[in-house]
Amino acid sequence: MRCGDFRTSYVEDMTIFDTNFARASLAFFLAVLLTVPLFATPYWMDVLNRIAIAVIGAVGLNILTGFTGQISLGNAAFLAVGAYSTAAIASRWNLPCLAVIPLSGLITAGVGMVFGVPSLRLKGLYLAMATLAAHFIVEFTVVHWEAITGGVNGVSVAPARLFGLAFDSDKSLFYLILPLAAFLVLFAKNLFRTKVGKAFVAIRDQDISAEVMGVNVFKHKLMSFGVSSFYVGVAGSLLAYQARIISPENFPLQVAIDYLGMIIIGGLGSILGSILGAVFITLLPELLRLVSGSLSGAFPGAVQLFASLKMGVFGLTIVLFLMFEPDGMAARWHTIKNYWKLYPFSY
Amino acid sequence: MEFFFQLVINGLVVGSIYALVALGFVIIYKSSSVLNFAQGEFLVLGAYVCLAILVGSSVPFLAAFLLTLLFSAALGLTLERLILRPMIGEPVISVIMVTLGLSSILKAIVQGIWGTDTRPFPAVFPSTPVMLGPLPVSRGYLWSVACVAGLLVVFSVFFKYSRPGIAMRATAFSQQVALSMGISVKRIFALSWSIAAVVAAAGGILLGSIRGGVDGSLAFLGLKVIPVAILGGLDSIGGAIVGGLVIGVLENLSGGYLDPIFGGGVKEVAPFVALVLILMVKPYGLFGKVQIERV
Repeated sequence: MRCGDFRTSYVEDMTIFDTNFARASLAFFLAVLLTVPLFATPYWMDVLNRIAIAVIGAVGLNILTGFTGQISLGNAAFLAVGAYSTAAIASRWNLPCLAVIPLSGLITAGVGMVFGVPSLRLKGLYLAMATLAAHFIVEFTVVHWEAITGGVNGVSVAPARLFGLAFDSDKSLFYLILPLAAFLVLFAKNLFRTKVGKAFVAIRDQDISAEVMGVNVFKHKLMSFGVSSFYVGVAGSLLAYQARIISPENFPLQVAIDYLGMIIIGGLGSILGSILGAVFITLLPELLRLVSGSLSGAFPGAVQLFASLKMGVFGLTIVLFLMFEPDGMAARWHTIKNYWKLYPFSY
Repeated sequence: MEFFFQLVINGLVVGSIYALVALGFVIIYKSSSVLNFAQGEFLVLGAYVCLAILVGSSVPFLAAFLLTLLFSAALGLTLERLILRPMIGEPVISVIMVTLGLSSILKAIVQGIWGTDTRPFPAVFPSTPVMLGPLPVSRGYLWSVACVAGLLVVFSVFFKYSRPGIAMRATAFSQQVALSMGISVKRIFALSWSIAAVVAAAGGILLGSIRGGVDGSLAFLGLKVIPVAILGGLDSIGGAIVGGLVIGVLENLSGGYLDPIFGGGVKEVAPFVALVLILMVKPYGLFGKVQIERV
């Protein structure tokens, strides 16, 4: 690890990994992750898959909200669009899953861009409300368009297929989800090294200045909605493949709030933050479940209280993070890293 | 035709409660530019507290009602001091998220204490309907409309003539000017949160007594007042009242006539369709202050 910032050229400044050590440790981490299915229990495989899916969704939302500054409460609805597109496509045509997943993403991107149109006129609070309305409208459509969605009873999804292989268990699905998540995270990381990504950030910081500097604000806002919804759609599609049966109950408004919680706790405008937040928010209920399960011997009511405990701890975490670490876990991680850079001579 | 009038009357009754809850929403937005997503939980908490007082002791309804309002005022003050005040000056998304987090916490508290089952609300008003011309109207409806009208008059007088009311309007107009005139803006924020909690609790109690039961689903009303506030204009108190009545009638009419076609659920989604249309056509609502900003 380097003990300071020694970048001397723009090319160096743009690199994602500044040392070979960083590159190697990431590769090592991914390699370890790939061996996890060899020894993990089915329960933890399910959790791990859900974490990876949440990472994709959270990165998507962070592109829109954290990097472009467009607040969206419609994430649950876009997840639903991705999931139902997968169900509809997979049941009609015999396509490999590597075609179905991007197609679902593209459909969601289309829907997302339609709901992004009001962002031409609306900012901040008003856009949050427009996307909230989008949530309820999509929910209504899902419940009533029974030919595609199966209404309130839901619809079943055939397992993902690729080259004659069926990804029908959590273990095999992990080898589909993890590479996709890794690829999408890397893509997002690179997106913000390009002109388009920098335009997104410019719009977030000051939209009028961005326009003055030659950024087509509306076009880039729409693109941001499109890219973000594509990510969320892919997450929804994988969710459908994992859950195998999807119904409107999978996509309540709370899901959208959870995703916003992920990027707030992880760190707005940080790819690393989206990952940390997704891991944290997905693990939180599982840990609480373990705790309330082990306490049920002493307090028989603990399991009944689980649902409200989960919600309360979630809310409390968000409030405490916003009050004491508004930049999220990613900022905290950088603080810790910087501290160790010069240890034991921190001054 | 009778069906139509019945729908309109139901709409006006529910709409008047919307107006009351939206009033709290608008007061908070007007004074501190915060959108309170926890308004629905204030409402549920108020209804449950009133229920607990009614069931747990033998006090008359009016006393329980006033005690609940007192409790809500204290709750609003506490939450503003503990959670909202540190957020002054933070970006919009943080403030939205903090109220969403607050709503999760309150929801958890309500569920932890009272569970998720619907609790029957004791019949407060006699069940014999009053004839309004040819239409029978339940007494509970009339009482709640009267109650809402009374509260709205009280608040109009409060804003027009009382010192804190005038100070609140001054703060809404310009915080800097208010500060330089010796008004404590922090105290105004606290006051606006406690007023919002009080009107939400009053709405919750009235809605609980009309429905005859209280459960967590009442909190959905907290989201429904968003279209109401937008239609009237987010920073207009008069707009909240008009918006509440319009949205109440609109959702009842659309529910009554379109539900058979779509097979239910129209009533819940209609306010949000209206919300999108309003945002597209007239984002600052009927009476809101227009801020022109072109990008």
